[in-house]
Amino acid sequence: MRIDVIKPGLATSIQDLGRQGYYHLGIPPSGGMDQRALRAANLLLGNPEGAAVLECALLGPELRFEHACCVAVCGAEMSPKVDARPQPLNTVFEVPAGATLSFDFVRAGARAYLAVAGGIDVPEALGSRSTYALGGLGGLGGRPLQAGDQLTTLTPAAPARVGRALPEPLIPRFAKAYRLRVVPGIYAHRLEAHSQERFYAETWTVASEADRVGYRLKGGSTLSFLEREPPFGAGNDPSNIVDACYPIGSIQVPSGSEPIILHRDAVSGGGYAMIGTVISADMDWVGQIQPHQSVRFEAVDLEQALAARREYQDTLAALRQIP
Amino acid sequence: MTASSPPAARYSLAADEYLFVEVSEEMTLEAFFRALSITQRLRELALPGLIEICPANASYQVRYDPDRISAQTLIDTLETLDAEVAARQRNTLTTRVVEVPVLYDDPWTRETLMRFRDRHQDPSGTDLDYAAQINGLPDAEAFIAAHSGNPWFVSMVGFVAGLPFMYQMVPRERQLQVPKYLRPRTDTPKQTVGYGGCFSCIYSVRGAGGYQMFGITPMPIYDPSGQQPHIDDSMIFFRPGDIVLHRAIDRATYDRLDADAKAGRFQPRVAPFDFDLDAFSRDPDAVAEQVKEVLHAH
Repeated sequence: MRIDVIKPGLATSIQDLGRQGYYHLGIPPSGGMDQRALRAANLLLGNPEGAAVLECALLGPELRFEHACCVAVCGAEMSPKVDARPQPLNTVFEVPAGATLSFDFVRAGARAYLAVAGGIDVPEALGSRSTYALGGLGGLGGRPLQAGDQLTTLTPAAPARVGRALPEPLIPRFAKAYRLRVVPGIYAHRLEAHSQERFYAETWTVASEADRVGYRLKGGSTLSFLEREPPFGAGNDPSNIVDACYPIGSIQVPSGSEPIILHRDAVSGGGYAMIGTVISADMDWVGQIQPHQSVRFEAVDLEQALAARREYQDTLAALRQIP
Repeated sequence: MTASSPPAARYSLAADEYLFVEVSEEMTLEAFFRALSITQRLRELALPGLIEICPANASYQVRYDPDRISAQTLIDTLETLDAEVAARQRNTLTTRVVEVPVLYDDPWTRETLMRFRDRHQDPSGTDLDYAAQINGLPDAEAFIAAHSGNPWFVSMVGFVAGLPFMYQMVPRERQLQVPKYLRPRTDTPKQTVGYGGCFSCIYSVRGAGGYQMFGITPMPIYDPSGQQPHIDDSMIFFRPGDIVLHRAIDRATYDRLDADAKAGRFQPRVAPFDFDLDAFSRDPDAVAEQVKEVLHAH
């Protein structure tokens, strides 16, 4: 089963649920930034939940299918078209042999997940098919798709059912403005108290540098760090620390301006102070925020983060029960 | 570590999946050693629910599944391990010494640094000139002699795949230090020897970077293609605790070694070594000499 890449889209890459156990060597987990949407697309088709899919950011690819194949698109509202005829989102449909699958402009969200029956077949690298472009690892040649690439698929275990769709309550609703829940900490104590309060009170705007490594934010006040004698090895800027590991979801603030939320292709460490971490249940949403959209941060404690985690898991359980 | 009790580690929850632990605010080899020892013991315990254990320079991080192990249980476990590690009389590490050949002041990093001169503290010279000057050394040659004259301790691996952060094994008053670029570059040649704060590094892949650039090594340190015999299935050569000696090489040697690397026959000079932190704290220069002897005898 062969798929030809006619146009690659803006940043289309092969992703599954990611690789674990190599972060201490600088290799991040990678994997779909919206894991719920990735799982949903696979589950609709009857694929293994973590089969490799195409993550299509902002501008979708154009693909020609050599053979007929069932597909499903979940995540961002970027409607698929087969030979220019619109197809439903969050629903299994068939692409006939020789047909071209393309996408409309994105209406909401930032990343659509295109799953194909059987899943995309590339060799596993360190236990995952996910592309980690910074390290040239995984996916197809360790890079996003290019025009002229050829993809192949694995044989599906069972036939997919055309028309099978996500029930309405399981379809995410994308907003113009987002509220991200953050557990304050790590080096938050090094900020001036008023800066910490303002960080959570102000509205931030996502900058154009918003990719799989991290999301940069603008528009809020520059954060002030407490003055101090720099500890040996940290560097002179008050936002510097002795280079340490960066948790995924952590928010670092180089020079006090333009916070950066690290995501699944994160640099694994560095010398900037982190002031808190986005809770795991909200990380999928981060991957669906478009540049220029607004974000507010809400400080929560561990109990609230764990409650949100349980809700998230309930959603995944419901996805696995779709009739 | 002596019998006096070290300062308590600082535990910070990083949302619901990560625990961040700062052993020391400042960089010391004692703090590194403590973080490495704790994380090694934690790995040995193989507790259910642990996903990633990442030691760093003077801190470490654990990723865990809160549905299988609670943050409090994890913190309690780590406090116990910390106390055990601190109570041990000797701090030794069975490791290896690795020779890294370096073409200092090479044409590729020179071209790159000229391209990004507007982001540098001193646009009039090179990164080597600047590093020599702010370390009170007469010229770039003297800086190269200092950089390649003493061993370095790999105190963290990361940033991007396989990049080693290295800490110089000399008394603190002789440590080289340089600031990072005023604004990070968007390009750094692969296998550039970089320098920021008190850390030397080797950029494992081409890409962005903020460290000063001093040279380039022909030695592959990251191997996603699986072609390099000296790199195992993890694709990464360096591990925390490795000891590195840089050897200044000329262009002809660089070209020969680079051809070897491209043909998949590069073999770095490596010797086993037992590092003793207490011996190092007493007499760093003597341990540095031992490192050199072990490598040259091998």
